[in-house]
Amino acid sequence: MTRSGRQWWRLFRRASQKGAEAEDRIAVATQLQLTWWRFRKHKLAVMSLFVVILFYLVAVFADFLAYADPEASDARRGYIPPQSIHWFDSDGSFRPYVHGLLGVRDLRTFKLVYRVDESRKVYIQFFAEGYPYYLFGLFPTNRHLLGFDNSKPENGLFLLGTDVQGRDVWSRLMVATRVSLSIGLAGVTISLFLGVLFGGISGLYGGIIDTAIQRMIEIVRSIPTIPLWMGLAAALPNTWSSAQVYFAITIIISLIGWTDLARVVRGRFLSLREEDFVVAAELMGASRMRIIFRHMLPSFMSHVIAAISLALPAMIISETALSFLGLGLRPPAISWGILLQDAQNIQTLAVAPWLLVAAVPVIIVILAFNFLGDGLRDAADPYG
Amino acid sequence: MTTTVLEVENLKKHFPIRRGLLRKVVGQVKAVDGVSLSIRKGETLSLVGESGCGKTTVSRCIVRALTPTSGAVRFRVGAGPMVDVAQLTRRGLASFRPHMQMIFQDPFSSLNPRMMIGDIIAEPLLVNGIGDKGSRRARVEELLDLVKLPAAYRNRFPHAFSGGQRQRIGIARALALNPSLVVADEPVSALDVSVQAQIVNLMLELQQRLGLSYLFVAHDLSVVKHMSDRVAVMYVGRIVEEAATEDLFNTPRHPYTDALLSAVPKPDPRSRSKRVILKGEVADPAHPPPGCPFHPRCNYAIERCRTEMPKLQEIVPNHRVSCHRAHELKLAGVA
Amino acid sequence: MAEAQKPPAAEPILSVRDLEVHFAQDEGLVRAVDGASFDLHAGKILGIVGESGCGKSVTARAILQILDHPGRIVGGELWFDRPGHSCLDIARQDPRSATMVAIRGKEIALIFQEPMTSFSAHYTIGNQIGEVITVHDATAGKERARVRTLELLRLVGIPRPERRIDEYPFQLSGGLRQRAMIAMALACDPRILIADEPTTALDVTTQAQILDLLRALQRERGLSVLLITHDMGVIAEMADDVAVMYLGRVVERGPVDQIFHAPKHPYTRALLRSIPSTLAKPRSRLQTIEGSIPHPYNRPQGCPFHPRCSEKIAGRCDREMPRTVMLRAESAVSCFLYTSASISTEGRPAA
Repeated sequence: MTRSGRQWWRLFRRASQKGAEAEDRIAVATQLQLTWWRFRKHKLAVMSLFVVILFYLVAVFADFLAYADPEASDARRGYIPPQSIHWFDSDGSFRPYVHGLLGVRDLRTFKLVYRVDESRKVYIQFFAEGYPYYLFGLFPTNRHLLGFDNSKPENGLFLLGTDVQGRDVWSRLMVATRVSLSIGLAGVTISLFLGVLFGGISGLYGGIIDTAIQRMIEIVRSIPTIPLWMGLAAALPNTWSSAQVYFAITIIISLIGWTDLARVVRGRFLSLREEDFVVAAELMGASRMRIIFRHMLPSFMSHVIAAISLALPAMIISETALSFLGLGLRPPAISWGILLQDAQNIQTLAVAPWLLVAAVPVIIVILAFNFLGDGLRDAADPYG
Repeated sequence: MTTTVLEVENLKKHFPIRRGLLRKVVGQVKAVDGVSLSIRKGETLSLVGESGCGKTTVSRCIVRALTPTSGAVRFRVGAGPMVDVAQLTRRGLASFRPHMQMIFQDPFSSLNPRMMIGDIIAEPLLVNGIGDKGSRRARVEELLDLVKLPAAYRNRFPHAFSGGQRQRIGIARALALNPSLVVADEPVSALDVSVQAQIVNLMLELQQRLGLSYLFVAHDLSVVKHMSDRVAVMYVGRIVEEAATEDLFNTPRHPYTDALLSAVPKPDPRSRSKRVILKGEVADPAHPPPGCPFHPRCNYAIERCRTEMPKLQEIVPNHRVSCHRAHELKLAGVA
Repeated sequence: MAEAQKPPAAEPILSVRDLEVHFAQDEGLVRAVDGASFDLHAGKILGIVGESGCGKSVTARAILQILDHPGRIVGGELWFDRPGHSCLDIARQDPRSATMVAIRGKEIALIFQEPMTSFSAHYTIGNQIGEVITVHDATAGKERARVRTLELLRLVGIPRPERRIDEYPFQLSGGLRQRAMIAMALACDPRILIADEPTTALDVTTQAQILDLLRALQRERGLSVLLITHDMGVIAEMADDVAVMYLGRVVERGPVDQIFHAPKHPYTRALLRSIPSTLAKPRSRLQTIEGSIPHPYNRPQGCPFHPRCSEKIAGRCDREMPRTVMLRAESAVSCFLYTSASISTEGRPAA
């Protein structure tokens, strides 16, 4: 552990002592520690942090948490409603199971109707074998968190039902989480780079350069986003693979998002330039590089982090909206937006309302990021 | 005759006023409009005045935190010649920077909150490639000792310290490179009275020990009385009076100095004398009145004062005044 | 005339007894005011002086029950001799009660240090002063409020009030803003004016003007003024009585002449010695008080000043808190060097 890490841990454990020791503890605390202590006081923000971490864990372990191949379709299993899990077996032991389903054709409408067949129990297995995948993209395995005995074709596990093509919604949701959250991250990285670059140049040099960059930012911001996206997305060739489309969509989204960050960075640079400690550094002969990286950058990193945590949900919503409209990722790629595409049709929704479930993680993650961002911003700059 | 360390001649700093979409220059704020002064080795010159007088701008031009619009700032390093640093580039200034340092007014923004104070004080040495880690650490301890702070505080961050302690750290940082001139920009204005006394004493002691020259910028005349050898009074970008401390305080010759001295509340209820109360407000440096900028508020103004700017002249040996009536006015001092 | 309404001179118009204000922060409990007692007499100026952390501003806010969260009055009494009513203990009042709303701004007014932040930037001066009038006087309409506002602006010496009344705070200089602030405070003819560092943010020549104005207004209207400042010079110029505060306690109080020429408490003596003066010899050292003001979470045991005191009694000053001893009718000191029995006629402690 680093020296500051050890210090932090020691101080954290002595948190209940008062008086001279409290003074001492606060005295050697770095700005980071102080920020963390202030952050800890916002219960909502801390909870949101856990929620966000949880979601990213899901993204990492997506395949592990799924149990059915997200792309395997079977038209006969279309629109199966979510099954309820029975946790205890008839003899009282803990053996979760779902009931089997029996497909019966309704003779009047010729529609396939599923009835719960209570005679059959499909036991849920843990750490069962399922479809093969690469854990973390590296290790081939076929173990999943949940599974079932799939020797008989009538057996099936559909925790959240299936869509029109018979694909299990739960498994698709897990994989979609990974795609949607990672697009957000990738987009924010590009925005961060562009924002710090242009904002920094603008704030540091001022004058004509600053004016030029600011006007450019204003022009970019004034372009209406949806028509812009539609235009850019339509310009993407049909022949591109989903990976290429994914990449292109990321760039499109971040091209708009960087402007907010650039303004935050520029503002901070402008105010930091006048700070006495920066002037002192100049007066002692420090190089410009040192002044930027040692004195100015650390001072606004906290603001940047707060801005990022608010930019991420914007990226996620953008991707979801684009894909929902059919302008973003294309099937067979899976994302929350694509899952919601199935819910575009009112009649479909009337028959299979569970298809809307993809909206739930979107809402939760956006709220969580917003509370987290607010908490981070308040902790980093309590007087701002 | 002690050597002159700093000589400022006709220093001017104008800030353009820009308006409109294309930010055209429509006027100038003449923050500093022709200031000349000099400081000898081991001497303290105080620059006093109220808001908008330009004293802070003068101080920043001298250390080259700002670039003067015109005028000369001649500085002598050790036994060398006087060199004009007013228009030197960044590279040219590099060899002068270590010799003229600054102490700032606000103890809460003059230290980088993310650096330990040991690093803050050592930074001038690090940046100028002086010594290795061990010798820098020793120097930091020496400096902390000079400003009477325990060496163990090296690992603390600025937020752990009070205003007075932070000023000490700022002083230690300024002294790291052994400067010959220290420009102190209102170093005690933000401090409590008892802390102010400690810092004033510290600065006096350090000056004696290290042979420092101070340019002391302040608005508090009582502190100035304790600190200075000479005092220069500024109003709207110009020096209106400059003299040795006792002379200025006992026999001021400019009506503004007289009003300033009389306005300082004396800590003695038995001497609630009648004070000179000026009319009006401090003049705006963007729109100074014509002629002598002080004339609208002056109790002694004559017609000439409205039209003609007075020159700074030596009325009595070593006592310069910028007033048309300097030779005839009998003004009360503090005595 | 205000004179006729003055209560009998013997009784103080505001009497603070053992006030205690605590702030419960996450890092610990801050005893911002830890036993403050003083009296404000009608038509007089009481100066409260002290350095940072002494609790003088908190005391002012406690009197008006406008403490910042999480401050609370946890003990003591604030007796206010209300004109036309009986004596009222403000400490017992709910900050939001109708009584406090009626007192604030109308019977007790407050002027702040930084007029820029105490005026709203979004409304004109006339609007804001007028608001004080209409809030406290239900019968006053906009017209009457405007006329009264003009009167007030003229009273505080603002040139061309007809123009200034419609200007915004940022259009006025510091000195003019402070005058407008005083006008706002006097709008409802209060009995008590609390001035919290009213000239600290001003240039010294402007300060002289404002202090002059305050003194003139106080004399004309028979105002009782609580003047809070850290500047002993201002106290010497303005106050009739002084209360010296340190770390939340009133360590000494008395008539201004006594405080400056015969100070009793070691802190008062040390403070007076450490003030720079324009009469000093150039380059002379100041006498300092050893040490520094303790961290609020780290209050010393016993007398709050003892770690820095050159006259402390070991074993007593570091264990017990000294009680306040009355020396004469209006002077008191809180120090173990003085007990009621041992006061000589000059007020110096017996050996």
